[in-house]
Amino acid sequence: MNISRRNWLSIAGALAIALGVSASPAQAQQPIKVGMSMPQTGSLGAGGKAALVALKMWVEDVNAKGGLLGRKVELIVYDDQTNPALTPGIYTKLLDVDKVDLLIAPYGTVPTAPIMPLVKQRNLLLMGNFSFQVNHTVKHDMWFNNAPWGTAASWFDGYFIAGQKLGAKTIAFLASDQEFAQNLANGAKELAKNGGLKTVYEQNYPPTTVDFSSMIRAIRSVKPDLVFVASYPNDSVAIVRAVNEIGVGPDVKLFGGGMVGLQFTPIMESLGSLLNGIVNYNSYVPGMNYPGIEEFLQRYSKKAVEAKVDPLGFYLPPYNYAIGQMLEQAVTATKSLDQKLLADYLHKNEMKTIVGPIRYGPDGEWATPRVVQAQFRGVVDKNIEQFRQPARQVVLYPDQYKTGDAIAPFEKARSGK
Amino acid sequence: MIPRNARFWTGAAAVIVLAVIVSLSRANEYFFFAGFVVLQSVVLATAWNILGGYAGYVNFGTAAFFGIGAYMAVVVINATGAPLAVQILAGAAVSGLLGLGTGLLTMRLRGIFFSIATVAIIFIAETLITNWRYVGGATGIQLLRPPLMEPFGSYTRMLFVVMAVLAVIAVSIARYIETSWIGRGLQAIRDTEEAAECSGVPTLKLKLFACTVSGALMGAAGAPLPMYLSFLEPASSFSLNYSVAALAGAIIGGTSHWLGPVIGAILLASVQQIVTVTIPGEINVLVVGVLLVVFVVAAPDGVLGLLRKLRGKLRRPRAPAESPS
Amino acid sequence: MALSFELLQEAVLFGVLLGCFYAAVSIGLSVSFGLLDVPHVAHPAIMVLGAYCTHLLGRYGWDPIAAGVALMPLFFILGVGIYRFYYETFEKRGSDAGVRGLAFFFGVAFIIEVGLILAFGVDQRMVEADYIGRSLAIGSFRLPWRMLVAFGVALTLTAALTLYLSHTFTGRAIKAVAQDEPALRLMGANPVRIKQWAFGIATAVTALAGAMLIIVGPVEPSLDRVYIGRTFCVVVLAGLGSMTGTLAAGLILGISESIVLMTFGASWAPAVAFGLLLVVLGIRPQGLFGR
Repeated sequence: MNISRRNWLSIAGALAIALGVSASPAQAQQPIKVGMSMPQTGSLGAGGKAALVALKMWVEDVNAKGGLLGRKVELIVYDDQTNPALTPGIYTKLLDVDKVDLLIAPYGTVPTAPIMPLVKQRNLLLMGNFSFQVNHTVKHDMWFNNAPWGTAASWFDGYFIAGQKLGAKTIAFLASDQEFAQNLANGAKELAKNGGLKTVYEQNYPPTTVDFSSMIRAIRSVKPDLVFVASYPNDSVAIVRAVNEIGVGPDVKLFGGGMVGLQFTPIMESLGSLLNGIVNYNSYVPGMNYPGIEEFLQRYSKKAVEAKVDPLGFYLPPYNYAIGQMLEQAVTATKSLDQKLLADYLHKNEMKTIVGPIRYGPDGEWATPRVVQAQFRGVVDKNIEQFRQPARQVVLYPDQYKTGDAIAPFEKARSGK
Repeated sequence: MIPRNARFWTGAAAVIVLAVIVSLSRANEYFFFAGFVVLQSVVLATAWNILGGYAGYVNFGTAAFFGIGAYMAVVVINATGAPLAVQILAGAAVSGLLGLGTGLLTMRLRGIFFSIATVAIIFIAETLITNWRYVGGATGIQLLRPPLMEPFGSYTRMLFVVMAVLAVIAVSIARYIETSWIGRGLQAIRDTEEAAECSGVPTLKLKLFACTVSGALMGAAGAPLPMYLSFLEPASSFSLNYSVAALAGAIIGGTSHWLGPVIGAILLASVQQIVTVTIPGEINVLVVGVLLVVFVVAAPDGVLGLLRKLRGKLRRPRAPAESPS
Repeated sequence: MALSFELLQEAVLFGVLLGCFYAAVSIGLSVSFGLLDVPHVAHPAIMVLGAYCTHLLGRYGWDPIAAGVALMPLFFILGVGIYRFYYETFEKRGSDAGVRGLAFFFGVAFIIEVGLILAFGVDQRMVEADYIGRSLAIGSFRLPWRMLVAFGVALTLTAALTLYLSHTFTGRAIKAVAQDEPALRLMGANPVRIKQWAFGIATAVTALAGAMLIIVGPVEPSLDRVYIGRTFCVVVLAGLGSMTGTLAAGLILGISESIVLMTFGASWAPAVAFGLLLVVLGIRPQGLFGR
């Protein structure tokens, strides 16, 4: 059974490539089409819209330089409403009706998951977009994720090492009952066990939870050394507030870890001083001097304000621009749009991007993950510009970007100094 | 009656034959992805109408039956790896049972109380699945499609034909119910349940029957979803969107005739599919909203009502113009 | 997990606050749907609209509670307009308004949602105030001020509406319209005008609930979908049209959710809350405090 399927797949793949190749010379002067769906409404809409601004900037930039292979680049984007039921249809439309040449995945794991078998079956290159372990089951060898993380270890290690330095023995887990947060928390629990940490509390809360007072109270009562939180934007805000209201007690050394949303400017601005002391993951914080990123962020800010999206754009936008840069580098170097050649190039070469050099491992995730764990310090209320200063988020991990040690316990770091 | 029946069955057969022919043709793959979704909403709207349109019990829990159908398919895949037909039967059976349970609620609940109870069923079902690791739980489950079945060129083409068959089955059942004594009984329940009961209509039996059939069809509609997406997670599988789409399809088309939900669902789902890949962003959501408002305000009996009115006008061209009030 | 008495006490206490929050988000619906039988599924959308208006005023330095109160007259007018339209297109035409009314309000909810996206974008929005992020310490207990605001709003609205409905002429007329519309008509009162007034009040109350919503947590345009189930659940559990019943139903939900969280885990909370609703409806179809 398996053999026959594989045969069929390879025939289909060969056909697809043959068709693609034979079609291309005829339309040499047509633009190169890059296709994707991006959540612009629904739960991931906020991030998606910001990411889209960055991708459009890349298209403008590359066209200003004369395009790719002498052809203009055109970006075709549809809104998937953060609904995984829509993405297979959209990507088939992109491939079979719009006849796009290159594919980028939608932001997020859930919208990406249903298109993985599709691209694998058709042997297509897919540039991942901040998804988490989405290639785990499908194992597509033409998948390249732009996110600076691999497994749960890439998130948890930094947090764990910072905790170890403080002599942590016990840990509490608080995780949203949704796709990514659960995967992350499950991975982290395993790692904590292997690392000799005792799990003293674990709670999975439904995404509609309004108030976290009772959970924070319960955490305070078990006096853990570390609290690892895997949450989504709305809950992250509610949790941060509840922590400030209820308090987690003097024993907690570190609090945070995997809270999505504390990288988004509107949320950081509104929470202001409530953020102080929290140690959380990041993809970029000011002070990480990748060549070109500061210039990019300045240009981005102007466009973002017009587009009513995240004005600082530290989280997703630079990495989306990087997707464009990687495609540009691979296409220019191979002088081709052949999916196999491009994938080979991406596997074998170092990519130069505004988020630093990237090398890919065999699974299409970064060979050396670069998730930053940073602690908020000295943040004041109602001030966006303060977040451009490196001192507001002190990098604890990885060592190459480290700017300081964690202040602990958490209550001390929270009250400042 | 007989020629009408013959016409219907010829039409039904023609739909299936056409679906098979198209799926074997070189038609664009995207057509099948979009067509699957459209046919799926035909099944959902038709199933909803059996209870909501004929009997007047507004079921808001379409998403629960649909999602349970989809997850039963996952259970079958995980446990036995049995083929799609078994998955659909399992989905239909379990959702049908759930429908029977919902039917028991109608013993005591009427009108909006019944609707709210069905909303509650969505949240309960979603919570159960979210906490059930065997089917992936909150993290969702990635599924690999089985090898292709001859003579279809791709799995989606096959799913398209399967959904077309399901749609024909659903519509045939709805039509049978509508034209038989069952339909008349359900209509009596909708008009005044007490009077129906008094005049000897077995109301409870009929309601249980309608709930079960409606639920089973919704479950059957959900069962191919895991294979269509190759991925399933609870939040989007139990999305309120399915409930709204089923109800909206039936209302936009017209609830009194089996053709209504078919027309309404095709209209609504096609517009949504087209909008998704043409107009960017939030306008998507707006389309459903505006369509709903415009139809319920301007065409209270749906597309069918409009057509009937139009036909009435054509037949009596010299009828006096309606007074403006 | 061992459940100490102190923790249980606290679970109940947090449950009370959460329950008040549920009551406050539902009480407008208790008037519009409970008393007037309007299938108002756009109620949560209007509440989210209120939350966004509060956020907007917040940018000009308004305190969120003050903003909520200031919005009430505007929302009253909005409510009167919505009811007028609903009456002209559905109620006036005849009996079968139920399903179509439902579909109509769904449409309205979607339109409000898109309007909010166009005006504010899809980012989460919040408000800032001195009492957000702080708590009241009583002994070893710490009660978040945010939730105490919910507590206050719920109690005030319940008390005000109960008094209004039983002690004023219009209030009694609203109740009368809910119970026996033809009788009221025979007595020479205009039921449409009374219902219009009542719907206006329900919408005004919802504006304040919206202000409370954004005090408690961040809002986004599609947040209303989460609250459709919950608000109807509370109103139906209470028994249609009972204001004190709404408060009690909110409390029952809040406390049970809070205790489930401490015992079985938070991920089971929705199943328990809605399971409770089904059980109550099965035993007492008219709700716990129904007429």
